[in-house]
Amino acid sequence: MMKVAYYPGCSLHSTAREYDISFQLVCRKLGIELQEIPHWVCCGSSPAHVTSHLLSIALPCKNLILAEEMGLDTVVAPCAACFNRLKIAKQEVAEDSKLKKEVEEVLGKPSAGKIEVKHPLQVIIEDVGLKKVEEMARRKLQGLRVASYYGCLLVRPPSVINFDDPEDPQSMDNLVSALGGEALPWAFKTECCGASFSLSETDIVFELSGEILNEALEAGAECILVACPLCQSNLDLRQKGIEKRRGKKFNLPILYFTELLGLALGMSMRQLGLSRHIVNPSKLLERKLAVT
Amino acid sequence: MARIGVFVCHCGTNISATVDVKKVAEIAKGFPGVKFTTDYRYMCSEPGQDLIQKMVKEHNLTRIVVAACSPSLHEKTFRTCTQNAGLNPYFFEMANIREQCSWVHDDREEATLKAIDIVKLAAAKVGKNNPLQTTFIPVEKRVLIIGGGISGIQAAIDVAFNGFETVIVEREPSIGGRMAMFDKTFPTLDCAACILTPKMVEVNQSDLIKLYTYSEVEEVSGYVGNFKVKIRRKARLVDENKCNGCGTCWQRCPVRLPSEFDMNLGKRKAIYVPFPQAVPNVPVIDQEHCLYINKKKCGICKKVCPFEAIDYEQKDEVIEEKFGAIIVATGFTMFDHSIYGEYGYGKYKNVTTGLHFERMLNSSGPTGGKIVRPSDGKEAKKVVFIQCVGSRDEARGMPYCSRLCCMYTAKQALLLKEHNPEAEAYVFYIDIRAAGKNYEEFVERVQDEYGATYLRGRVSKIFQRNGRLMVRGCDTLSGTQIEIDADLVVLATALIARPDAIKLAQMLHIPYDQNRLFTEAHPKLAPVETVTTGVFLTGACQSPKDIPDTVATASAASVKACGLLSHEKLPIDPQIARVDVEICSGCLACQEVCPFGAIEKEEIVDRVTQQKRWVAKIAPSLCNGCGACNTACRPGAIDLDGFTEEQIFGQIESLTADKGDER
Ligand SMILES: Cc1cc2nc3c(=O)[nH]c(=O)nc-3n(C[C@H](O)[C@H](O)[C@H](O)COP(=O)(O)OP(=O)(O)OC[C@H]3O[C@@H](n4cnc5c(N)ncnc54)[C@H](O)[C@@H]3O)c2cc1C
Ligand code: SF4
Ligand code: SF4
Repeated sequence: MMKVAYYPGCSLHSTAREYDISFQLVCRKLGIELQEIPHWVCCGSSPAHVTSHLLSIALPCKNLILAEEMGLDTVVAPCAACFNRLKIAKQEVAEDSKLKKEVEEVLGKPSAGKIEVKHPLQVIIEDVGLKKVEEMARRKLQGLRVASYYGCLLVRPPSVINFDDPEDPQSMDNLVSALGGEALPWAFKTECCGASFSLSETDIVFELSGEILNEALEAGAECILVACPLCQSNLDLRQKGIEKRRGKKFNLPILYFTELLGLALGMSMRQLGLSRHIVNPSKLLERKLAVT
Repeated sequence: MARIGVFVCHCGTNISATVDVKKVAEIAKGFPGVKFTTDYRYMCSEPGQDLIQKMVKEHNLTRIVVAACSPSLHEKTFRTCTQNAGLNPYFFEMANIREQCSWVHDDREEATLKAIDIVKLAAAKVGKNNPLQTTFIPVEKRVLIIGGGISGIQAAIDVAFNGFETVIVEREPSIGGRMAMFDKTFPTLDCAACILTPKMVEVNQSDLIKLYTYSEVEEVSGYVGNFKVKIRRKARLVDENKCNGCGTCWQRCPVRLPSEFDMNLGKRKAIYVPFPQAVPNVPVIDQEHCLYINKKKCGICKKVCPFEAIDYEQKDEVIEEKFGAIIVATGFTMFDHSIYGEYGYGKYKNVTTGLHFERMLNSSGPTGGKIVRPSDGKEAKKVVFIQCVGSRDEARGMPYCSRLCCMYTAKQALLLKEHNPEAEAYVFYIDIRAAGKNYEEFVERVQDEYGATYLRGRVSKIFQRNGRLMVRGCDTLSGTQIEIDADLVVLATALIARPDAIKLAQMLHIPYDQNRLFTEAHPKLAPVETVTTGVFLTGACQSPKDIPDTVATASAASVKACGLLSHEKLPIDPQIARVDVEICSGCLACQEVCPFGAIEKEEIVDRVTQQKRWVAKIAPSLCNGCGACNTACRPGAIDLDGFTEEQIFGQIESLTADKGDER
């Protein structure tokens, strides 16, 4: 049994509950024990790094220290932004001794150097392996046409993240293919969805997420697969509004890759919390996968 | 006992401002063997040199030390001066108290002490100097030119004009290189073929120039004046002497293949000449694809050839020839843009390169001079050019600027408009580097007269939508994002070294840089020479160059090569390694470390045992006197003339002797 520290981040405890639920279920099935970091704090996300550089590094570092104190060697962060911040903080502290000193001063503890930060996708591809996933799958995706959307933070900057291709990532596509779906080649895998502008400058999100939805539809997608709560929420929550502005129906369910994986491993839509989505995926999934 | 004279130079104030030259001269008087010292404002000036010669006579000096600048600057000057004073030129040492002392220190007292030590070292060494004699080697009066692009062609013409024989070894079936692919050339827009073909014909017809096309250099041994070169003449399967280039064979050959010369935009046959003006106008058979060679079928070309020139049995031939000098003119290749995800990883057919575009522009090219979309052959009306692809990109490409992409992109935008005035040309650039004669004016004209739209910024993404390319970028001057739906994208990919550059460099013992470009002996003062005497560089194999620069370096390299050949004999520096065969154990550790391949093994009869045994032997003309073997030799059989162990230990002792009690 593989044991890893789990850093859910704020979204997975609120708007992205179904990501949390599906990830935990999938892990249980695949023999991964998740131990949530006790007393974890917010990673700082975008607000911290536009406010204070030190703050934006110290917050993730605090979580890394907590995780290391659990005696585990890996921490997994499902939110692409948290994942990105944790990785950047770790690298910056390792490369900049002055910053390291400052961070240690405000946290009052030596910084964590050893713990490895991973995204769930990485754990599944690199640690579990697609072969095992394929063997364990109880349901095939029956050629479900999936556009995998990675967003801007999951694979970039490559010098820090060092996972998958920064321009044309493949890991989710490979997962889709392994599960029997059709992974669509398309060009908007790493475009920005507008991220946190969803609240302050909604128009930008309408524009950017609209393009992503449009390209996915043009590529022939029946649904979009994501690995980030913010991407999910922008594409899902704003989809109605985008449809109205563009005068075009998309009706594209936005699924977490953990949900699709859970379905393939035999879980039900209800178990996985799929009812929480705005664009209802049940019709598509019932039709294609005969799930209920 | 040697009688040493020490001459301390002020070098204006270069030295005297930091070093007390008078004191140095004064103290040097007390060094062993020193009979005369003085200081002077400029030792290298004529009065300075006269002073040395006069003092040699007056004080019966037999050894000279000049304490001045770096030996790389004036060693030769003072060596000649020493010789003119009637002494062996190697009875001279230079003490570098400028670059290694006055220029790098500011404490006058300390610097003076250091200068004194430096002079002491030189004096200790010069006393033990042996008289060395320059030796001479004969010169083979022929030049080998590797590569038959415009640089090799120009070099051959220039060498032949000087009356020397030359051989061009060209890998491809025809000479011409990249220039043969172009339609017109910047900035004058003269037609490439019109200015290149006459030169190719001249090369072909000259009695002094021999062409080995479809050939490669396989091995180079020997040294300046006496290179021995093995050349592989690949089997053409066509007899060059019988074929008259009528073309019957390639018209009838049934096998159609993508043409490399046309950047795979057009077709060639299994028997082919790469382009109509090829020199020699003799086809080759592509053995990988010929039906006869692979399946013993077809054989049409042999049947139809009116001159019985086809010979399926022909085999590769390796010949050996001798040369006095070698000119390397192997040119460049293009950076492979398929590493760039933002440009589609090389997957989009309509994302092409500058060379593809050149072939399309060419009226005898695969599209007959029409600019089309390779995906469907339809005319391309909206073309986006992107500069600096793979250039100026430390992370994923080359760190350097490829120097001519700004210019050929401007040329291509102009020619696009000339071919089709309705067409639209967009150019994304970082900045425009048009530093040649009439270059800036040319780029201005492309924008003002031809209406090409220049956008200062990078392209972040190219993707396909409805069968068209969408090019997304920014225009940093207006601060806006731009999206262009283009028919065709032309990437100005970096000019880089050819894939086999390192292999060739090792064969020729010439250095290359971190980008695999061949390195000149000195970036300013010896730009076409290499550190291996007798091997010269020209054209784009050294750094990206346009045709004017290529031709200039070709002429420069030929002058240098002809200069060598105009001598009956060449002097070689006597400061080289020497093996004492009595001590040499024959382990050949020295051979491993010699970067110049100067050490061979030789069989001798041992003086004591009268048995045969192996020992190391040094080729004087190859040895550069670097001393690597000297330190590698365990029994200490190798000594370096001019830097003998006796001299070096003498120096060390001179420094430690009187400082022993101090420390
Ligand atoms: C798209 C494009 C457009 C250009 N347009 C212009 C222009 O308009 N005006 C201008 O001034 N310049 C232009 N240039 C630059 C021009 O191409 C170069 O200046 C010129 O080709 C350099 O000549 P070269 O002989 O050094 O190299 P090359 O042209 O590359 O020739 C080298 C030759 O050596 C041969 N060779 C290589 N290795 C070996 C080997 N090991 N053994 C034997 N033979 C070998 C090759 O087959 C080739 O024939 C352009 C370049 C590009 C890429
Ligand atoms: S024998 Fe080979 S080269 Fe000659 S025509 Fe046939 S396929 Fe072409
Ligand atoms: S001195 Fe240098 S070049 Fe000469 S033989 Fe020794 S290693 Fe080779």
